[in-house]
Amino acid sequence: MSGFQSDWEGPVLECRDLSISYYTRAATIPAVQDFNLVLNKNETIGLVGESGCGKSTVAMAIMRYMGNNGAITGGQVIYKGVDLATLSEEELRQLRGNEIAMVYQEPMASLNPAMKLDRQLMEVPLFHEQVGEKEAYARAVEMLASVKLPDPERVMASYPHQISGGQQQRVVIAMALLSKPSLLLLDEPTTALDVTVEAGIVELIAELAHSLQTSMVYISHNLGLILETCDRINVMYSGQVVEEGTVADVFDKMRHPYTQGLFGAIPLPSADKSSRPLVAIRGQLPLPHARPPGCYFGPRCDHFEAGRCDAGPIAMQPVGDDGKHGSRCVKWQEIEWQKGGSGEAIEVHDDFGESVLAVDQMKKYYELKDNSIAALVGGGSSRFVKANESISFLAREAETVAIVGESGCGKSTLAKVLLGLETATEGSVTFQGKDLGKVPVQKRSRDDVKSLQMVFQNPFDTLNPSHTVGSQLGRVIRKFGGISDGEAVRRRVLELLDIVKLPGDFYFRRPRQLSGGQKQRVGIARAFAGNPTMVVADEPVSALDVSVAAAVTGLLMDIQRTYRTTLLFISHDLSLVRYLADRVVVMYLGNLVEQGTTEQIFSPPYHPYTEALLSAVPIADTSIEKKRIILEGSLPSVIDPPKGCAFHTRCHRKIGAICSSEAPPLVDLGDGHQILCHIALDQLRAMDPVIVQKDAAE
Amino acid sequence: MTETTLPMPKQPNILARLFKPVLLIRESLVGMIGLALVVFWVLIAIFAPALAPFPPNANLMSTQPPGAEFIASATQMIGMQPASELCNAIEGDPTKVDCGTFWLGTDLTGRDIFSRIIWGARQVLIFAPLATFVAYIVGIPMGLWAGYSRGRIDTVFSFISNVILSFPVLVLYVLVINLIGASAFNIVAAVVFASAPGIFRIVRGLAMDLRAREYVFAAETRGEPLAYILFLEILPNARGPLIVDAMLRLGYVIITIGTLGFLGLGLPPPDPDWGKMIAEGRTFLQVFPWIPLFPCLAISSAVLGFNLLADGLREVSLRD
Repeated sequence: MSGFQSDWEGPVLECRDLSISYYTRAATIPAVQDFNLVLNKNETIGLVGESGCGKSTVAMAIMRYMGNNGAITGGQVIYKGVDLATLSEEELRQLRGNEIAMVYQEPMASLNPAMKLDRQLMEVPLFHEQVGEKEAYARAVEMLASVKLPDPERVMASYPHQISGGQQQRVVIAMALLSKPSLLLLDEPTTALDVTVEAGIVELIAELAHSLQTSMVYISHNLGLILETCDRINVMYSGQVVEEGTVADVFDKMRHPYTQGLFGAIPLPSADKSSRPLVAIRGQLPLPHARPPGCYFGPRCDHFEAGRCDAGPIAMQPVGDDGKHGSRCVKWQEIEWQKGGSGEAIEVHDDFGESVLAVDQMKKYYELKDNSIAALVGGGSSRFVKANESISFLAREAETVAIVGESGCGKSTLAKVLLGLETATEGSVTFQGKDLGKVPVQKRSRDDVKSLQMVFQNPFDTLNPSHTVGSQLGRVIRKFGGISDGEAVRRRVLELLDIVKLPGDFYFRRPRQLSGGQKQRVGIARAFAGNPTMVVADEPVSALDVSVAAAVTGLLMDIQRTYRTTLLFISHDLSLVRYLADRVVVMYLGNLVEQGTTEQIFSPPYHPYTEALLSAVPIADTSIEKKRIILEGSLPSVIDPPKGCAFHTRCHRKIGAICSSEAPPLVDLGDGHQILCHIALDQLRAMDPVIVQKDAAE
Repeated sequence: MTETTLPMPKQPNILARLFKPVLLIRESLVGMIGLALVVFWVLIAIFAPALAPFPPNANLMSTQPPGAEFIASATQMIGMQPASELCNAIEGDPTKVDCGTFWLGTDLTGRDIFSRIIWGARQVLIFAPLATFVAYIVGIPMGLWAGYSRGRIDTVFSFISNVILSFPVLVLYVLVINLIGASAFNIVAAVVFASAPGIFRIVRGLAMDLRAREYVFAAETRGEPLAYILFLEILPNARGPLIVDAMLRLGYVIITIGTLGFLGLGLPPPDPDWGKMIAEGRTFLQVFPWIPLFPCLAISSAVLGFNLLADGLREVSLRD
């Protein structure tokens, strides 16, 4: 490509007053307005914001890939001094992939499942640089090695499905880097991955940013990841950048109420459910065609002042003298800025009652049916998926017990056994004095069923789209409440809606008329409709935006507190678990590896897996220092779990042959703190904490 | 719990909600063409007695010697010379009568093709939807049950449906009708027997997808009975693809009924049946091409109507 200098020294990318619109049947939707950005060489800039704020649209506009119904309606995108609007379709094709490369969220969507990876990778140099086959192969292998894939030659000969999700994303990054692009766009590159895998990718991206001559735009909703990867940050809200600046400026000296709200809504280590609870940003993101006049954040802002904030378009105002920090707030000089949650302290009484649930040596195996001819002839030995292996724990009245682990650790199977959708293979599940481990839900008494209910993960899936909110809640009340009189049921539904802070006219709404957070509230109302003793919440907020998640979390805790419900909170988000759980159970590959109170889990001694998990969680706090532990390899299969300790294949503290030959003992460290590990007790006790608060920061 | 009574919200107009999706079809040109064709045939079927100029089975040339009317109909599509009480004598010429106009000619036995097509529409538009409806009544519960429960039920049902589907449909029809004889009921039975497996498979596929939704889990955790989960949690969410499929299938059933008529397995004579009309006319295809032509056009326009309507519905439903 001749048009661009490889030794260009000016800003690699400049967006000047960029405005982007989408055209739909109903209206023209202004997705992004007045977007400015200057990205210098070797710099990584983060775009952060909640869903619908226009951050992905910006990436698409930079690539000039707007689809049929999108267009740049104003401003310029200038790449190495050239206005991209002046380029032809052919020149743009050369530009994409060669000069600008992009990595998307879902690795499997970026790789062709029907092609081996060698062809897909070699295509890049073959097409863009017209090099020979041999040269292309060599470059591909080299690039795979530099994204730290073990055994690149084997990866080259694989199909995408033969490698794990984390490896796939590494391949995608390698593919993007193969043409030595000057600009790399990363759109939520780790959102689809597990935390420990994410930590590896994030480290890789941060390393590449320093070692290669590539500038990056990193798009994410996760402030913690931005902190670990970026130099500068643009906070977007409703199609506008509301605050820009260096990471240090924005994280520690934020000057826009929305940024402040975001930090107040995420569970930082400084947040505490009793003294400094999370504060949700009230209200909802305005629809793009119904934005308020003046400041778009105005209706949700605590500092809103009529006449000033809604007077007219608000321009970016410089904060400080270096010209790097800016805020789109007219009142930034008047507001008293403070960091973190500022919610009112709530009195928490941690007087947990009697034990409600006791799981004892519970095992759940799934038999794998082998239908091959060999098995039919030979009679074949049946194999098992060991989804849960000897799980034991207690949950008491009004207590929040968190079950933590990555995908495939068996936490969802555990929930299914508790709810009676599956039955335990061995062991017992004692709920309110009755062993329900082997009783499927159809055979449980109505009281048992209504006492143990569930809140689901996916807001788009949790409600039946064909029925109104009222009729769905009404059904549960009829089923559990023993009420059959129509009027009484309706009154109770309205009461429930009121409890989850939804207006009564949601009664006749259908799920598609509700936002994700509202649907999740209805899901919570449904679970609490029969006044349950215990509620299992399976990642109830993981699919929600930060500000909404805080509100739903708060609601869940409020209701739990009011009705003294036992909450079994299944999650992979350790920050959130630390914030709301009383006790934590850590699972890995079907095994319970550590359990104890939240304090015991989050401070040493740790199980090595817990230690790695803690280190992997991105924390959006500049005053926190973490030990870096990156787990090697990928999660082993549950069909063929490793012998000995299930974790030994990835363990960074493996002590020797005993780990791979003998199952580790469950060591009791006192006060209910248990660790499943061979490491001697005094060595465990000698561990350093993973998360350390830097001094003098507060 | 608080004892404040919360105000009951107003219920939105149910009629408006039901008709909203129907009105959406206006946004699809293809769908509107299909709808127009379908409405055209439905109106014809409803008003058949008023629209048809002659009784469908009346022989309007009964007094003519055989042979003569062949030539008559061949040479004069309009204004033949029948002698029937339906016609008026023409003053001054006792050899001729005025019967009005045979818009599409008559067939070999002197029946007005135009009237027969109009009355035939009635037959088709009663039996095709009826047969399709019954096929859904059979296919939906089986598909829901198999797709939701999987396991042995699914294996058995799928096996049966595969056996039926692997049979050549035409042979199947001939066998079934020959076995149980041709009657209106048996035509419906044959169509149901041949279409239910296809419906079963579609519903089964949809149920297999929908059973993994969290609202289905939620119903399971409440211990809902099987029928509730199948018909109230899963079925309503499968309705979109099923409505589209029903429209397509209606078209195919019209073809099937036509085929059966053509093979002589349709409605017992002498009632008008488009397929039978084609069969009767095919012997003299080269001499009197209009005799089979117009029933052919009738069948294909009706089928096209339902197909385009299905396309339009799909197009509209895929938009948001």
